Amino acid sequence: MFDTLTSRLSGVIKNLRGQARLSEENIQDALREVRMALLEADVALPVVKDFIAQVKERALGRDVMSSLTPGQAVIQVVSEELTRLMGGQTAALNLATTPPAVILMAGLQGAGKTTSSAKLAKLLQERMKKKVLLASCDVYRPAAMEQLQSLSRQIGAEYFVADPQQKPLAIAQGALDFARRHHFDVLIVDTAGRLGIDQAMMDEIKALHADLKPIETLFVVDAMQGQDAVNTARAFSEALPLSGVILTKLDGDARGGAALSVRHVTGQPIKFAGVSEKPDGLEPFHPERMASRILGMGDVLSLIEEAQRGVDQVEAEKLAKKIKSGKDFDLEDFKAQLQQMKNMGGMSALLDKLPGQMSQAVQGGAVDDKSINRIEGIINSMTLKERRHPDLLKASRKRRIAAGAGVQVQEVNRLLKQFEQTQKMMKTLSKGGMGKMMRAMRGMVPGMR
Amino acid sequence: MLSFFKSDKKTSNSTGQPLSLAARLKQGLQRTRDHLNRPIAELFGSHAAIDAELYEELEAILLTSDVGVDATQFLLDDLRQRVKREKLTDAGQLRAALQQSLQALLTILQQPLDTAPHTPFVIMLAGVNGAGKTTTIGKLAHYFQAQGKSVLLAAGDTFRAAAREQLVAWGERNNVAVITQEGSDSAAVIFDAIHAAKARGIDIVLADTAGRLPTQLHLMEELKKVKRVIAKADAGAPHEVLLVLDANTGQNGLSQVKSFDDALGVTGLVVTKLDGTAKGGMIAAIAKTRPIPVRFIGVGEAQDDLQPFSAAEFAEALFG
Repeated sequence: MFDTLTSRLSGVIKNLRGQARLSEENIQDALREVRMALLEADVALPVVKDFIAQVKERALGRDVMSSLTPGQAVIQVVSEELTRLMGGQTAALNLATTPPAVILMAGLQGAGKTTSSAKLAKLLQERMKKKVLLASCDVYRPAAMEQLQSLSRQIGAEYFVADPQQKPLAIAQGALDFARRHHFDVLIVDTAGRLGIDQAMMDEIKALHADLKPIETLFVVDAMQGQDAVNTARAFSEALPLSGVILTKLDGDARGGAALSVRHVTGQPIKFAGVSEKPDGLEPFHPERMASRILGMGDVLSLIEEAQRGVDQVEAEKLAKKIKSGKDFDLEDFKAQLQQMKNMGGMSALLDKLPGQMSQAVQGGAVDDKSINRIEGIINSMTLKERRHPDLLKASRKRRIAAGAGVQVQEVNRLLKQFEQTQKMMKTLSKGGMGKMMRAMRGMVPGMR
Repeated sequence: MLSFFKSDKKTSNSTGQPLSLAARLKQGLQRTRDHLNRPIAELFGSHAAIDAELYEELEAILLTSDVGVDATQFLLDDLRQRVKREKLTDAGQLRAALQQSLQALLTILQQPLDTAPHTPFVIMLAGVNGAGKTTTIGKLAHYFQAQGKSVLLAAGDTFRAAAREQLVAWGERNNVAVITQEGSDSAAVIFDAIHAAKARGIDIVLADTAGRLPTQLHLMEELKKVKRVIAKADAGAPHEVLLVLDANTGQNGLSQVKSFDDALGVTGLVVTKLDGTAKGGMIAAIAKTRPIPVRFIGVGEAQDDLQPFSAAEFAEALFG
């Protein structure tokens, strides 16, 4: 998602970290890099300028100069400002009104309004147990209404059938009336895509808004949008009192700078993100996670959540106990660890969420799902005794294991070396506890203090 | 996705006469020009001499137009060389020089599509979700019909709800046959369409496909399969693989071009929605990194607002 920005900022942060003192000059260098990175990520220039100014002001202030490690303090400032810009906390949908609660969708052509309308309906039905009616006011694009109708059928929501010969306002009024009489909790009104500069079309949606009095007016934005996001967002927010944003197509490889721009211009939170083509591919947007991901600190929270789902608690505790007791960490435990990793969705899924630098380091070491399977194969070719006591492994045993696993002896050796390193780390962990370990890792993870 | 119904109001000017090609392109690019020119005019006004600050501001303007860091750097380096070579001293001369640099960069993209060599000439369209593929097919059908060619549409987007209906609606409006199948897959529909085109002696087949993000690897594989199946229906086909790009797209446009080109061997681009406030600067970024010809640009919502790309007109509309 924000990968390129992540790696770029990671580079900047690395440069900063080595410096003992922070001069105005080297902040300047770092900020220029940050500026270019944000621009490359399609964050709009005015937003970038504001951001850089904020960071510079705070970085040059006492925040940094009184700090023991100025480099890290700057990173902290950048991180905090970015989080602030992305808008702190997850914002929920506001449905607190006399039903039906009307949700109006607005945005450019091809942003994903119709798909998002259906996804939102599904989410409201399933997670909030709401009775949802969908209506389309897109009388312009051929078959736009059929699209929403067919999506409604897919997700099992009710669709308000209307004639495309009617005026959008008449359709919306009809739908609202229908929703009232049939006691729907929520009415989602999809609209035609329009340009912010198309006065006639903007007047039309203004009229829709005035008549429907929606409690939520959601602006739908394509995550791939470039610099112009700032202009479109301004045009829409000037015409309509927006209450939130849906960021679509986040499953692509766009750097997603539009998220920052739109948030900055509209002042409204991004409430949902479209993360797949499937009808359930709409998720609550987590701004703080996104900000830390941008900064190369990885989506650690999601990683933890995933870990909790995938890890066998009993196994994990057994391992933790073993480490605590200071007993030797053997190949059997090593294998168990690999197993846990596989349960968590495999290496590639994990790498995605790791901080930029670390994931690059791991990728450099060519650890992928395939090599994990290979390592498992090698361990499986050992006897239980050999796994418990790796010291036993001498040349002839290694040859046998290599033949059994169908690999070269060198690979067995490489595995043993990796295992030794892990063993060493585990020993440090049991002796010095977490604190020591974290200190050892501090050089690896950007933004960690 | 642009709408056709409300487009009539934009096809003609106040006298009722249709606008010329150049005029319509210019009108479509007005937004881009407004954006680029205003700050540049300010620049050239406020700076008497050529200095570092001027270049810095110029850089920012190109960047905000989605030109991208690489292409911006390239254009500025080129501009600096011109300044040295031609001994330019006045900031005002920079405007013409920059326009020349941009035009030189874009010229490589200007290669019109020639459909004469094959009958039927099979054109496959691909792109991300919401780029405007189906709408572009509608406009292309109109464009080729206006040249007296017969056209057949293949409703290859079998995934998105009502994509088929959207294409059929378009076909009806322009009296073009649309080949569709209920519950079939993309490759099969297009295969059928090519056979139908051969039987009916049709000149041009336009094959729609479902939108997909390049990160969806299985869908990219499916697209490769569609292309292979097209080759089975007619050796040598598809004769043109068009990638449809939304002008609103930022630097991701480049990565779209790369991914689709790596998967399919893209032979041409269509840049849509240039009538909005989007600057379309990523064309320059594409010219710099992966120069695939821009066959058409969409500069309005009317059926005939699809124009062949011209580097000179584009550069002139931006700076002239």
